[in-house]
Amino acid sequence: MAERSFANEVQELRLGAGAEFRGEGILAVTKGLLQSGVAYVGGYQGAPISHLMDVLGDAHEILEELDVYFENSASEATAAAMLAASVHYPLRGAVTFKSTVGTNVASDALANLASGGVLGGALIIIGEDYGEGSSIMQERSHAFAMKSQMWLLDPRPNLTAIVDFVEKGFELSEASSTPVMLELRLRSCHLHGSFITRDNKRPPFTLKEAIENPQRDVSRVVLPPSSFTHEQEKVKDRWPAAVKFIQENELNEFVAEKDQNIGIILQGGLFNTVNRSLELLGLSDPYGNSQIPLYVLNVTYPIIDQEVLRFCEGKDAILLVEEGQPDYIEQNINTVLRRAGDTTALHGKDLLPVAGEYTPAAVTKGVTAFIQKYLPSKINSENLPAIVFDNDDPRSPFAPRVAPELVQGRPPGFCTGCPERPIFAALKLAEREVGSHIVSADIGCHLFSINAPFNIGATTMGYGLGSASGSAFNAKDSDKRTIAFMGDGGFWHNGLTSGVGNAVFNENDQLLVVVDNAYSAATGGQDVLSSRAEALNRSTNHPIERAVRGIGVKWSRTMTNTFKVAEMRDLFKEALTTKEKGPKVIVAQSECTLNRERREKPARAKKIKEGKRVVRERYGVDPETCTGDHSCIRISGCPSLTIGPNPDPMRNDPIATVLDSCVGCGLCGENAHAAALCPSFYRTEVIYNPSWWDKAKLGIRQKYIGWLQKGIEKQLVGIDAA
Amino acid sequence: MTVTNSPVSAASITPSSSARPLTMAILAMGGEGGGVLADWVVAVAERNGYFAQNTSVAGVAQRTGATVYYVEMLPKSGDNPEQREPILSTMPTPGEVDIVVASELMESGRAIQRGFCTPDRTTLIASTNRVYSMPERTAMGDGRIDSQGLIDAGKNSAKRFIRADFNKLAIDNRSVISASLFGAIAAAQVIPFTREQCEDIIRGGGKGIEASLAAFDAGFNAALASERPVVELTIGSRPPEVEKSGPTAEVLSMAINNPSELVGPRLTQCAERIHSEFPEQARYMLVEGIKRCAEYQDVKYAEQYLDRVARVTQVDSTPDNKLTLEAARYTALWMTYEDTIRVAFHKTRKVRFDRVKEESRASDAEMVQVREFLHPQIEEITDTLPTPMGRWLLNSKPFQWLVFKITNKGIKIQTSSVWGFTVLYLLAKLRPLRRRSLRFGIEQKRIDNWISMLVSLAPGNGELAYQVCLCQQLIKGYGDTHANGLRNFTEIIDYIPTAEKSPDPANKIKELRGAALSDETGKALTVALGRAL
Repeated sequence: MAERSFANEVQELRLGAGAEFRGEGILAVTKGLLQSGVAYVGGYQGAPISHLMDVLGDAHEILEELDVYFENSASEATAAAMLAASVHYPLRGAVTFKSTVGTNVASDALANLASGGVLGGALIIIGEDYGEGSSIMQERSHAFAMKSQMWLLDPRPNLTAIVDFVEKGFELSEASSTPVMLELRLRSCHLHGSFITRDNKRPPFTLKEAIENPQRDVSRVVLPPSSFTHEQEKVKDRWPAAVKFIQENELNEFVAEKDQNIGIILQGGLFNTVNRSLELLGLSDPYGNSQIPLYVLNVTYPIIDQEVLRFCEGKDAILLVEEGQPDYIEQNINTVLRRAGDTTALHGKDLLPVAGEYTPAAVTKGVTAFIQKYLPSKINSENLPAIVFDNDDPRSPFAPRVAPELVQGRPPGFCTGCPERPIFAALKLAEREVGSHIVSADIGCHLFSINAPFNIGATTMGYGLGSASGSAFNAKDSDKRTIAFMGDGGFWHNGLTSGVGNAVFNENDQLLVVVDNAYSAATGGQDVLSSRAEALNRSTNHPIERAVRGIGVKWSRTMTNTFKVAEMRDLFKEALTTKEKGPKVIVAQSECTLNRERREKPARAKKIKEGKRVVRERYGVDPETCTGDHSCIRISGCPSLTIGPNPDPMRNDPIATVLDSCVGCGLCGENAHAAALCPSFYRTEVIYNPSWWDKAKLGIRQKYIGWLQKGIEKQLVGIDAA
Repeated sequence: MTVTNSPVSAASITPSSSARPLTMAILAMGGEGGGVLADWVVAVAERNGYFAQNTSVAGVAQRTGATVYYVEMLPKSGDNPEQREPILSTMPTPGEVDIVVASELMESGRAIQRGFCTPDRTTLIASTNRVYSMPERTAMGDGRIDSQGLIDAGKNSAKRFIRADFNKLAIDNRSVISASLFGAIAAAQVIPFTREQCEDIIRGGGKGIEASLAAFDAGFNAALASERPVVELTIGSRPPEVEKSGPTAEVLSMAINNPSELVGPRLTQCAERIHSEFPEQARYMLVEGIKRCAEYQDVKYAEQYLDRVARVTQVDSTPDNKLTLEAARYTALWMTYEDTIRVAFHKTRKVRFDRVKEESRASDAEMVQVREFLHPQIEEITDTLPTPMGRWLLNSKPFQWLVFKITNKGIKIQTSSVWGFTVLYLLAKLRPLRRRSLRFGIEQKRIDNWISMLVSLAPGNGELAYQVCLCQQLIKGYGDTHANGLRNFTEIIDYIPTAEKSPDPANKIKELRGAALSDETGKALTVALGRAL
């Protein structure tokens, strides 16, 4: 079950023509797919398109009514390969994943798909995880579009444009026999807005019809000699067809085209940012009525030579606003101008940052510099936006007003009650005894181990590649082994073969820890093969240990409760010292707390309401005995275990304290034991609707304890002022 | 700008400039309700004739980390007769944000650092509670940053600065911070919607509506109060707004002039000694010290404590008698070292039972049980036994085995049960035996050595004695933590003769103490001591 449910929102997907749809970008994309008559959809979750997968999952009834097939692909490669259904049949298909990382994984299938071309429209919806909030390396998906020749759409960030481009994307794909990539920027996915709907369309040709009427055309298979033919087809047939379609359908936009002797060319996705910059300079308004000519590239690949030349005609200079590097579009447009002998000056990365996100600040500075150079009369220097001033100018919003040491970084970390935290606490304790090791990390929540307080993990090479990235450290003459981490998501994505299989085959002696929290948790709690819950339309409950034993691992243990820190620590020590050869695999299994609490909190509340006996647990720290050394925090880092003022008038250091947000996971108590920390921790158990037996015990206890406590206080009489 | 208490209707408010969207950045930690707040703001805008857009970044980047939610809105009527959909930005522009909402004080600093909060435009609404960052929490001593600095930064960086502990207001009303902050946003009246219009949005929501409305109300009122002009009662600088724990002025003056009033009859003599023998600056600390020692052991122990500090006072020539003050603090803390008896004593007291119950937020219909997590090491058991027996058992193989078997996996004791309470009660009752225990002897010797060290250093170099005195801070915690601290302390003490040869010995000791506190593994101290790792 995913972290967020869209069960209510998906009902909006049924809206017919002419209604107003309000909601998030990802819902709009789904509606766009249904309006396009899509026949099948697949994908792999990952921010920022995780919720697109969740929406599709929650919309299964609507999809079934419309004969649309949806699957949660095993990986992005699986999703991309799924598009093979559009090679020989007039079937519209869409897949979605996070990019560039997902596109990296998918690129083998995508390259083959793009070589042979498609008959039915093939749309690849990529969530471009770039800029603030991104969790991956900063690269551009543009390169994939260029190398395999797939068209790249980067529409303006508003829901109407996004929905239109879903539909136009299919048409463009069919018109040019080429897969089309639709780029959704990080913030567009969670953009709240509205658009006017059209009717949903049932696919005119269905998967069932395809299965019952098999077709083949050997010229579409990537094998010589066809592969050489494909390369020629790409430039001779498909490219011109795409250019024609893009021009005829006016996918790119011209604004105030002939108004000035200068102009700005921009990626569609940056339209709102550029417009805001012009607004701040008094050169546009909130409705996009720019006084500066704009050429908006809603299609960023291919570049339409004729349109570029048309826009540059009669202009002295152009500013290209192209985010990220390398500057593929700038190079392309320079070539176009040079070949045509056009002398218009082209500016881009000389006035704008070479690398990094094009924030309103970056764009405004660049646009201002450009206009000041060519059209200074248009700028009112009395009324410049604050952002254009240097940081040391008091008018600048960045003029130092807060001491830098007062604002510390706050990177993401493990949630309160996360079952992965004790795994790293245990490893930290084990390493105190058996020394430090090379630790290869993977992708997933467990990667938070690299930060304080655990500081565990040295590399991360990609999803499911934790084990593989330790494979070189296989020196037979060392008596130390290496440790690798992998999540259950990465394990099923590819880690079983790329990591475990590889380690078995090459007789690697490493310890692999598979963090099995029952979901692909980092991406929003989607089910995987080893999920323990029964899932609708999906087969779950396939244990990881069985899989690794099946592939040849001899030493494998499943730890079903990661919170048993001492046992976990001892298991690490055993795995790091056992004489057994070959990979050692520990499956560290406890359910993701976010998911568990989401399920159990309402259930608990219901039981309490019904008058049933319920025990709620939370932890606490005694302020009298806590000495404020914080060693408990240094092996936990739990957001609910924090510091607070020391009530002891003689002590200066803050004491440890447990916040109300504590979910009673038990780690504090386990750590206190395993690390022999301090006796200050206690667990409070609140019993709702106590039984008669509870009440009877309580009566006796209160009398007995109350009597003894009176005695204690008596001893102290005369020490403190009355 | 003054804010009145009377509700203002939406129609009477004009947007800040004709066709400029209103912009709002919400800085919060992932999972803290920033998204809910942004959704409420969008909902109230859309329902009342505005186009509104909000964006955020989701996914793993959000798990407990700092994150920004961004909202823009523009009226549908007025300047836009065509009712066209406006082009709104998905990211805040530094210098162009009308309202910044920070769910926590350091996040308000982040908003300032990122240029979202500027003096010419921004209304800053900040909750003054702290959610401590990882470095603040994991520091071995006090790693907290200065909250007053953040409040001052807010004052210098915002056109209006509305601040209150909105988190506490939410908790007091059994709600979450998004609700109290929404109330503050409504009160600030930068977005042109009435209180009722905002409350209607909450009413249209799902669960916890009553609690949300109560927190909204508390936030609304706190925001108004926050901007009301303060009548200056005192001349001179205003007191800092960040609460500092510590004694009141009244208690301090009593400690200086008549310390007997702060203690019970059994300690009157000691208190009189404080008044006659010790400098004013240390008297409050000494009063706390004698109570602590008497509670820990007996009145005689409190007298011993004063004898020890008196030795230091006689040679103290530091400014403000800071050496005596810190000696008063650290001698008491050392003399009341954490042993099993002390832990058992505090765990069984009535005040503790009351506090645990209060903290659990259990009603009277519910029952509260308490379970302790104890992991006594063999030393902690032998420490409390009479010296010869303790020493013998510490080296006894069968005893070691027995203790390991019993305590290896830790012991959980339910203090709220008859049996569990009895065990801890009896342990606390061992107090009279403490004086004859193994550890007591060892600790008294260590304390006297340290006092003698201070006494020998103080006449020649008061500052050095002061720095050595502060090193006692390193000895704290239990088990390994205590052992590590003691080891660091000893290493620094042993280094004093070497330090004395350097140009600034006091500073060297300060540096070493800082190194010991900066790194749990002890590597930083080793480096600072000039030794190879």
